[in-house]
Amino acid sequence: MKEKGWKEIPIGGLIIEAGNAEKYKTGSWRTFRPVRDEEKCNHCLICWIYCPDSSIIVEEGKIKGIDYAHCKGCGICSTQCPRKAIKMVEERSK
Amino acid sequence: MSRIVGLTGDETAAEAMRQINPDVLAAYPITPQTETVQRFSEFVANGLVSTEMVRVESEHSAMSACVGAAAAGARAMTATSANGLALMWEIVYIAASYRLPIVMAVVNRALSGPINIHCDHSDSMGARDSGWIQLYSENCQEVYDNLIQAVRIGEDKDVLLPVMVTFDGFIISHAMERVEILEDEEVKSFIGEFRNSHSLLDIDHPVTYGPLDLYDYYFEHKRQQIEAMEKAPSVIKKVGREFGKLSGRPYDLLEKYKTEEAELIIVAAGSTAGTVKVAVDELREENVKAGLLKIRAFRPFPYQEIAQVLKEAKAVAVLDRSASFGAQGGPLFLEVRSSLFEKDRRPPVINYIYGLGGRDIKIEQIKRVYEDLEEIAMGRRPTQPVSYLGVRE
Repeated sequence: MKEKGWKEIPIGGLIIEAGNAEKYKTGSWRTFRPVRDEEKCNHCLICWIYCPDSSIIVEEGKIKGIDYAHCKGCGICSTQCPRKAIKMVEERSK
Repeated sequence: MSRIVGLTGDETAAEAMRQINPDVLAAYPITPQTETVQRFSEFVANGLVSTEMVRVESEHSAMSACVGAAAAGARAMTATSANGLALMWEIVYIAASYRLPIVMAVVNRALSGPINIHCDHSDSMGARDSGWIQLYSENCQEVYDNLIQAVRIGEDKDVLLPVMVTFDGFIISHAMERVEILEDEEVKSFIGEFRNSHSLLDIDHPVTYGPLDLYDYYFEHKRQQIEAMEKAPSVIKKVGREFGKLSGRPYDLLEKYKTEEAELIIVAAGSTAGTVKVAVDELREENVKAGLLKIRAFRPFPYQEIAQVLKEAKAVAVLDRSASFGAQGGPLFLEVRSSLFEKDRRPPVINYIYGLGGRDIKIEQIKRVYEDLEEIAMGRRPTQPVSYLGVRE
């Protein structure tokens, strides 16, 4: 997202457009990324419920992946997963 | 049509608030502000205003309630003094940065410690970088006039900043003076309606106040605040002219009292300006070319206008009713002197810190300042840039 100048933005730090947090990519904040083990995952969706950034991508009741553009790497999904199917992996170690 | 009444400064502020009839007033009592809100609470109890009065548990909450109310689209007011203002501090900055035109009466009182309830300007001068417009009042009439104008100034779409109207604790707040009060309807139509274009209660246009604002946008929002402050002088002047048409008392950023062809000028703010006027009048009788430059707007600081008035003087003294510990002088002095720096011709400027903790300042002392200025004008170099008027050695 191109950063705007001071004359182009609402005053006072106000957000006047609903739901625009999606445009603000927070993936770069991450130190550890969640990596899901397809074998262990039984699609219980507990991670989807807990994720504070709505970064668990679900289609038709199945987890399709993780939205790494917004995931901040908080690790809640990994902690909550009952089957230990999500591992937190340090970003630089691919 | 106006009526003439005898009121103290606190009662005058309450009377102005009654006529402004804000949607919300949130306040906590502190000497010497107490009577302002006490009197206003009587207006609420007697149904003379439709204000929602919030009796909060601290000044931090008072300002927080004002922020919430103003963000919701309400016209919000409060009043405080000294330590009350200090306790508000965090939210004082937030009110300005959210661009909420809250109006606050600040009854100037010395900050603790040691604890003191009397007048100096340490409280509001400490808040000079908070992003609030600051208007200083010389007497009860100016308390009334400034509060009414403050509503218009702060709410102007080019400004949208909160405004502090200050007046000296006890010297003004508890002294009864002759005050001209406008008709309720005149005030009502002068201030008009407040419309917050980003109201929290406007569910068709949802808005978020106070999101996280990091290194990528915080700077831009501060730049906007600077711009609003830069636009404020012309709005203050415009509102001052309009108020003059209504009341017969026009206002500007500064008041020039016998400064034309004055060789010796004192710069002062607050009630002391009135005392200086008496000294000027008496000295003029003795053919001393004395003048006074009274600061009404300290934020925004009218440096160009100040330089214009002072550049032809032979010597200038700035009276500061607060100390800035470790600085080169009082806050008013530093900015007045700095405003002259770009001028090819600039007079010597000296500083007097006076009146801390309510220490009285007398006409004789002000005349001694003019005597010092006379000597400097004749070529004596000032022995020190900063002196302390009325302190015991």
